[in-house]
Amino acid sequence: MTALVLIETEQGTVRQASRSAISAASRFGDVDVILFGDNAENAAKLANVRKVLHVTNLPHLLAEPAAALLATLAENYTHIVSAVSANSKNILPRLAGLLDVQPLTDVIEIKNDDTFVRPIYAGNALATVQSSDRIKVLTVRGSSFDPVAAEGGNAPVETLGAPGGYDKSHFVKVEFSHSDRPELEVARVIISGGKGVKDAGNFQKLLEPIADKLNAAIGASRAAVDAGFAPNEMQVGQTGKVVAPELYIAVGLSGALQHLAGIKDSRVIVAINIDPDAPIFKVADYGIVGDLFDILPALEKAL
Amino acid sequence: MTMKVLVPVKRVVDYNIKPRVAADGRGVETQGVKMSMNPFDEIALEEAIRLREKGHASSVVVVSIGPQAAQDTLRTAMAMGADQAILVRTDAALEPLAVANLLKVIVERENPGLVSMGKQAIDDDMNATGQILAAKLGWPQATFASQVKIHDGKAEVSREVDGGIEVVNVSLPAVITADLRLNEPRYASLPNIMKARKKPLETLDAESLGVDLTPRLKVVNVSEPPERQAGVIVETVDELVHKLKTEAKVL
Repeated sequence: MTALVLIETEQGTVRQASRSAISAASRFGDVDVILFGDNAENAAKLANVRKVLHVTNLPHLLAEPAAALLATLAENYTHIVSAVSANSKNILPRLAGLLDVQPLTDVIEIKNDDTFVRPIYAGNALATVQSSDRIKVLTVRGSSFDPVAAEGGNAPVETLGAPGGYDKSHFVKVEFSHSDRPELEVARVIISGGKGVKDAGNFQKLLEPIADKLNAAIGASRAAVDAGFAPNEMQVGQTGKVVAPELYIAVGLSGALQHLAGIKDSRVIVAINIDPDAPIFKVADYGIVGDLFDILPALEKAL
Repeated sequence: MTMKVLVPVKRVVDYNIKPRVAADGRGVETQGVKMSMNPFDEIALEEAIRLREKGHASSVVVVSIGPQAAQDTLRTAMAMGADQAILVRTDAALEPLAVANLLKVIVERENPGLVSMGKQAIDDDMNATGQILAAKLGWPQATFASQVKIHDGKAEVSREVDGGIEVVNVSLPAVITADLRLNEPRYASLPNIMKARKKPLETLDAESLGVDLTPRLKVVNVSEPPERQAGVIVETVDELVHKLKTEAKVL
């Protein structure tokens, strides 16, 4: 059994979720990794990696040529794995289509080489499924697996070219919202605001100082994003980012079903809400009923 | 412009209903449960209707693969504004791969210039059918769309990616999958619901389309996730910080 893991980097560093995917794939046997764009130096240092395949001519990771290249490599492997990300969700199911296999997405537990657990119905149920496909194509949730070490390995790097000439899809541009804060998926602490925060200015004024003190990521409920208080990449929940921090502080958000599905694996949940009947209190380890406009400044002082 | 837009729609447990795991552990209870159109499919359909209203498309065809009752979903789609509907009837719970293979047959028959579909169904949350279909057709794909602009036989699509928005330009025909913020779907008005009853709805048998529908995944079991228990309500911020430090040890 040999697995190929599609890894991603951020400013040259291999993403933690990708390191988690390597550790998940290690259960199947040897692991090769494939990296598109960037430089392969850090990938070569990863623990548990047999070989790095470095694709230099596809920096923007368009799904069509990326999946086509992966399909040419796939028959050498029993499992093709990636951490859940916008790119892997785009590419791996297309690869599965090319290979005529049924992909498994969002896997949270690996039972054995062919049996996997994945959430369905926004995490309201867990399905254990056994795949009969010759090649298993899966995305795994980074927060469900411990990452391999970023250093210590010394894998050889092989350079590959993606097939050229694909002209039906073109990258135009990407606009990132820059931030010095940790990513939501890997942050140890997250503070999230809901509609109760009332406007974008309050997100800055009330949530940011606390996030600064705790080195926390800032999240938002779907209602807050839809109301324009926060950009959509901050959305936490089944339809946004699924998170599992040590500490999740929910501020002025009631706890809609799909939001709770996205935070339920947090170790400790704190809820601050003026409505004592808000569903968020049913899942929170600690709650304070009260006005967030009084509580947040007090919390900032107390930290 | 004569482009037809094909919109696959799935009948799923309504998103406001908390699903209950069936007693036999084989799936989720759907008997007697309110069913609706998958919300992401509604968004994809709204986008298709808007493309027709702007003159980019000549007609909108909806297709649903499912039981006889899925014709209700198709009538709703036509009440929103789809022109005609196809029901590919099956009582089996098909996987995205089989669904994509069936959709490929429908695409080859209907010859659309665009397939507009939801990024995922809220029942199995697989997020795969659009990508598999695009692969099977050899078409380009633009997934997780938050904006679609059609010009000169191409679609410029803004995509929701990690940390921002990516813009790609794909040649038509293509598969576009809708994300949440693409639009806000309209409600069907009563007169349109009446009109939808007279719109054409064709029924095909899934077994008759020459597609291998054999599942690749065996459901070993479906279970409830571990429930979180409600904790304690504290009175003051100081008490909270104290407990986070000494009891939960997260600060």
